[in-house]
Amino acid sequence: MKEFGYAQAGRRRRWGDTVRDLFLYLIILIFFLPVLWIVLTSIRPNVEINARPPVWIPSRLDFDSYKILLGMPTPEGAFGMGGSIPFGAYARNSTIIALSSTLVSLTLGTLAGFTFARFRFRAKNSIFLSMMLARAVPGVALSLPLFILFARLGLSDKILGMIIAYSALNIPFTAWLMDGFFRALPEELDDAALIDGCSRWSALLRVDLPLALPGVAASGIFAFLTAWNEFALATVITRTPASRTFPPGLYEFTGQFVSDWRGMTAMSVMMLLPSVVFVALVQRQLVQGLASGAVKG
Amino acid sequence: MTARALAPTAARRGFQISVSGEARYLPIAFLLPGILVILLVVGFPMLYSFYLSFTNYTLTSARSYHFVGLANYINLLKDPVFQQAFGRTILFITLAVNLEFLIGLGIAQLMAKAIHGQSLLRTIIMMPMMFAPVLVGFQFKWFFNDQVGLVNNLLFTLTGEPHIIPWLIKVPLGFISILVAEIWMSTPFMVIILEAGILSLPAEPFEAADVDGASGWQKFRHLTLPMLMPFIYTAMAIRSLDIARVYDVISIMTGGGPGTRTELIWTYVYRLAFTGHNYAMGSAMSYVTVLFSFIFTWYLFRNVIKSRWEGRE
Repeated sequence: MKEFGYAQAGRRRRWGDTVRDLFLYLIILIFFLPVLWIVLTSIRPNVEINARPPVWIPSRLDFDSYKILLGMPTPEGAFGMGGSIPFGAYARNSTIIALSSTLVSLTLGTLAGFTFARFRFRAKNSIFLSMMLARAVPGVALSLPLFILFARLGLSDKILGMIIAYSALNIPFTAWLMDGFFRALPEELDDAALIDGCSRWSALLRVDLPLALPGVAASGIFAFLTAWNEFALATVITRTPASRTFPPGLYEFTGQFVSDWRGMTAMSVMMLLPSVVFVALVQRQLVQGLASGAVKG
Repeated sequence: MTARALAPTAARRGFQISVSGEARYLPIAFLLPGILVILLVVGFPMLYSFYLSFTNYTLTSARSYHFVGLANYINLLKDPVFQQAFGRTILFITLAVNLEFLIGLGIAQLMAKAIHGQSLLRTIIMMPMMFAPVLVGFQFKWFFNDQVGLVNNLLFTLTGEPHIIPWLIKVPLGFISILVAEIWMSTPFMVIILEAGILSLPAEPFEAADVDGASGWQKFRHLTLPMLMPFIYTAMAIRSLDIARVYDVISIMTGGGPGTRTELIWTYVYRLAFTGHNYAMGSAMSYVTVLFSFIFTWYLFRNVIKSRWEGRE
């Protein structure tokens, strides 16, 4: 990694480095503990969860919560509220909504980012700022008026409505990041393409976009994570398994008299898996892309 | 900007326009789809709620309501709960963003220099970003539970006797618990942006400083920090855009309670509009939160934009 010159250049291992690295591992471990905890909780026998004195290491592995959620046969008397939760429907809705809205916001946000990076026009800064402010509207402030509007348009409790809503939430940030990625590319490339007779449109598709692909991947992570995890709008706009996603679904493990923490952690772990895989695959592009100038301002 | 600086660019632009003739309408065509979606989802609803904030609309009397002028806003300003929530929110954001920045910068520095396993470390540190904020809320509500919570359990195991500390109920503790959850959830974002910034720093100034015998602190203070400023502004600006997402966490951990002890402006919107059935008042409150976000964001974005287009127009 040549471009990462300063941090790694000419390094020789010293004792200080080892101590420093151990300190880092310790900090990361602290951040990791809550993750470890939900995984452990999801696979331990239910009686251990609220035990006093506390049980730290599960005495045996118990996958009942997962089996109940997935509708698999479980031993007699296995505890779990997962059976009443339409896991399949939530997984389907969450997947369709998160992937589609990511695709839409990447397309429209990339176009907008390209425009900010390569064109000059009147009120550019104002338009850019207004777009960003759209993202700053808190979900709790937006949820009810949006629900009223969607109800009139027939979009409430519809997958399509959620895709439109999340696309709008993610376009500004995508536009911002892509603007940075495009500006990090030399403008001469564009000019050369234009002189060769390319239109602006084909210059974007054939010259700029392929070079900015790490940026698209980075923006894609952020858009996906936002859509996959959003709650404030989802809880108001989705009412039934027809469109309800995972985050409001987590609520259904808490009842008035009894809550199924283990079931909730089991669903959470399954909900985390796609994100972990996605991030693990593109984290290097993410950081290199961001370092290449996208967020340098 | 001087005419001389403008001349070459202007000539180049003119050339492009004469070649393609599309430069005039293309910005509009490229921006319009995105703007339309944003207007539909954010613009219209917020205009509507702006209108409702001047009426006495409630969810139960949705058909008969009338214009009441600024009454909602005036009542809100006079409301002691609002005043406290407002002050608490400012304190919360100040503490959260600054602590996240300091911790994030520390971790980013260490990560950029780590010898082994950068990719793995990065994936692990990003895990809190993958947690849905509601899940963070449930998690930390449970960690701080007075009877069976992880924190009290840990104290039990370490000291050998039961501790029943009501983390979410006592006065400064509830606020601190929420703050801890927010810091856990959002610091990784700072780490990623700042690590990217540190990795992009050029090697030469540091080598020169080494030759001159500069100490680690001097290098950090006079080289790393100034060159990192654009990244710091960006990270803070993005955090300011997303800070309201902590509403999901708080609504589950304490709901602003008990009473109004941990009320922040976002939980107060919910309390007024949904629990209190005073939707018009809730809309007025929404507008206060929106204004709050706007001022915060605008301030940071001015700096971002300034550095962004400086010397390019």
